[in-house]
Amino acid sequence: MQLGRVLVAVLLIAAAPLVSAQDRPSQEMVMDDPRIGLGAGLFDAEEAIWNLRKVANERPSESFVGVTNSDLAFKDNYVIQGNYNGIMVWDITDPASPSLEVEYVCPASQSDVSVYENLLFVSGEGFGGRLDCGTEGIEERVSAHRLRGIRIFDITDIKNPVYVHNVQTCRGSHTHSVLKDPKDDENVYIYVSGSAPVRPAEELPGCSAMSPDEDPESALFRIEVIKVPLADPTQAAIVSSPRIFEDLAEPPQHGPTQAERQELAEAKARGAFVVTLFGREILLPDRYVEPIIAEYFEAEEIEEPTADDTTAFREALPGMLAERFGPPPADDEVEQRGPDQCHDITLYPEIGLAGGACEGYGLLLDISDPANPIRIDAVADSNFSYWHSATFNNDGSKILFTDEWGGGGQPKCRESDPMEWGANAYFTIDRDLKMNFKSYFKLPVPQTNEENCVAHNGSLIPIPGRDIFVQAWYQGGISVTDWTDPSNVVEIAYHDRGPVSPERMQMGGSWSVYWYNGLIVSSEIARGLDIFELVPSDHLTENEIAASKTVRLDYLNAQGQPTYEWPPSFALARAYLDQLERGQGLSGEQIEVLRQGLDEAEGMSGDAMIMRLMDLLDEIEDAATASDGADHLKLKKLGSSILHKLGQ
Amino acid sequence: MNMQLQVRKITLLLFVLCVSILPQVSWAQADDTTSLEELYWARQDSARAKFSQADVDFMSGMIGHHAQALVMSGFAPKNGASASVQILAARIINAQNDEINTMQRWLRDRGQTVTEVEIQGNTLIIHGGGHHAMHMPGMLTQDEMKELELARGVGFDRLFLMYMIKHHMGAVTMVRDLLAIDGAVTGDDTYKIATDIHVDQVTEIARMEQMLAQLPDAN
Repeated sequence: MQLGRVLVAVLLIAAAPLVSAQDRPSQEMVMDDPRIGLGAGLFDAEEAIWNLRKVANERPSESFVGVTNSDLAFKDNYVIQGNYNGIMVWDITDPASPSLEVEYVCPASQSDVSVYENLLFVSGEGFGGRLDCGTEGIEERVSAHRLRGIRIFDITDIKNPVYVHNVQTCRGSHTHSVLKDPKDDENVYIYVSGSAPVRPAEELPGCSAMSPDEDPESALFRIEVIKVPLADPTQAAIVSSPRIFEDLAEPPQHGPTQAERQELAEAKARGAFVVTLFGREILLPDRYVEPIIAEYFEAEEIEEPTADDTTAFREALPGMLAERFGPPPADDEVEQRGPDQCHDITLYPEIGLAGGACEGYGLLLDISDPANPIRIDAVADSNFSYWHSATFNNDGSKILFTDEWGGGGQPKCRESDPMEWGANAYFTIDRDLKMNFKSYFKLPVPQTNEENCVAHNGSLIPIPGRDIFVQAWYQGGISVTDWTDPSNVVEIAYHDRGPVSPERMQMGGSWSVYWYNGLIVSSEIARGLDIFELVPSDHLTENEIAASKTVRLDYLNAQGQPTYEWPPSFALARAYLDQLERGQGLSGEQIEVLRQGLDEAEGMSGDAMIMRLMDLLDEIEDAATASDGADHLKLKKLGSSILHKLGQ
Repeated sequence: MNMQLQVRKITLLLFVLCVSILPQVSWAQADDTTSLEELYWARQDSARAKFSQADVDFMSGMIGHHAQALVMSGFAPKNGASASVQILAARIINAQNDEINTMQRWLRDRGQTVTEVEIQGNTLIIHGGGHHAMHMPGMLTQDEMKELELARGVGFDRLFLMYMIKHHMGAVTMVRDLLAIDGAVTGDDTYKIATDIHVDQVTEIARMEQMLAQLPDAN
């Protein structure tokens, strides 16, 4: 009897079945892809490649083979590659044939590397790292020989690194980021991250693993900032230990994806139950609503509910739910200590911001005072297991975070693993410096049980006018994505190998992949160093790639994000024209006229070239006046900043 | 038998011979891919040779510890857990299943007795090592498991979060205890397993505390 009433009520109120918004993935896994079923092998695995060209694969040297390759840093024509056994320096002057210049054996995990001018910084976290770089490890739990923290090398002669100093920290250094403050030319700052347990005070005096309530000097719930005087790096020392997590209590929700927003809108349109709970719209599943409906009509003694009754129920529902859930907890009821540490912090000094990937949170930090970073926003996400790293887009209006679910040693890209887990999450950063969730993206093809795979490190590729990201997915390979529209992230290139072993999970794949002066350089955990180049495709034109190659860096630490600047060039002008054509911002005829004009101008010199460019400038300004939005901006950039400068 | 396995067996044999004669192994010049590959597998084997009894006890114990989390999490869909608790439980099942596989592989690679777990309905059976599973920190008693099995709806959510926080804290304690032992966790693999479990569970404890604080009051 009661069940019958419930069914009638449900049918009356909602014609379509109710589903939980969280059940539906926002991104589909691709089941027909050349990356599926690649043959295994350490040095002879099958490969799949799309819109990239492999320029080189250098196998590890004998000193380092079989030991994990880790992160990369770049200086001039050199790539510095970390390895759990030490550091390597590759000369990539001829990218097709990198030469190994330095094999410096000095074990430490993870050997995360960064450079600044004549200094090289290396992270040590594991227990076996020794001050004397010995390979024998350390058995004792308390030892005067152990290094956990930052090693500093002088690389004035990069072919002969000299170990000059180290800074010990209570939790070692899993990763670190180097901050060059635009206002300070005498020092650099190192933000040390890592969640390893605190070392005993007997080994490093002052280290305390007690809660901050019991011991204000606790090494928990803080990061370390090291100040390195450039004139004398041997004076480098911890300058502050900011507690950037204090009073942090962002609830572990996830923002609605595009698909969920659409679903909510559709659900509302068909009259399903959408309620606001804890500041978030939730589509109530029928198994949840049914008993409430039953209870309500039972209490109201309604046998056959009419449309009016259901309207009354709708009105009463929020109150009933509020009664069930009670008021949201007052802030002081929750222990607001937040995460315990960060995994990685990406510093973007030109915009004065940093993205902190800190256990259960993504943080936005103000770093205008380098020794005293201040948290300005925080996000949490119930789909994110472990916030791992962050990358801003070039103008700082967006940020992406990666979720290294499972720690990188697990196969988390199987067909059975949800697409929102172990993925990237994309946010816009609004004028008030609040982050707004837009979508997730995960490597779209399933990997095997033998391949460790999850979102990992990457960097921006300087395609002008677009946000393009190249990213490592361990044995999922590398993937290039376009996140110009953060609600709709699109893969535009990839490279993948089969598993290291056909029969067991061996750690392997790309640890990190970064763009550096036209090359895409990947640190392959087991297979050495890979170098790729973009090739033109429907997603990326030859001109866009040529324009990206006009950006030159003297050095790169991907976690100290540089601003990309494009010098005015014909390639840049043509790249914008290609984008206007792709986005249909100009007519085919206009494009043709402008292209022809650019070709002519490039073939001219002196006054003739200036006159031709000024003509083009007039045409573009006319077109800009007639356009709006993104096209308008693109035309403005093309016109005033490029043609004008070219004509000067 | 496949070629790779054969190569590995031979290199392991060579490695053992070398180690028994020389304090420091010097590797033959790898003049082609095959010998570099042999060196790779030999290094894998030599890295695995670095372990202690404390590491073995930790792995076999933690397999049983993780297995109880699987049983606890398995209740969530049947016991009317909220969507967020169901997501959490599903992720615990996924993560800890994979970690059990990793720890079993760790034991197998080192010639140790591999702890096997069997979940029959709501009953957990542990074979091999880890006999003292019930005495490990954070393990639920039979009565507590029964209580969780019978709980429903918001009551289940609360009990699940409380018990899983306690269970995770136990795992964190086990890692910290292991790291405090002289001679333990000298291998990179071992360090990675132990510290990954540590950070994973510390992070999840913080999340569960937040979820618990957001539940409606018990009445």
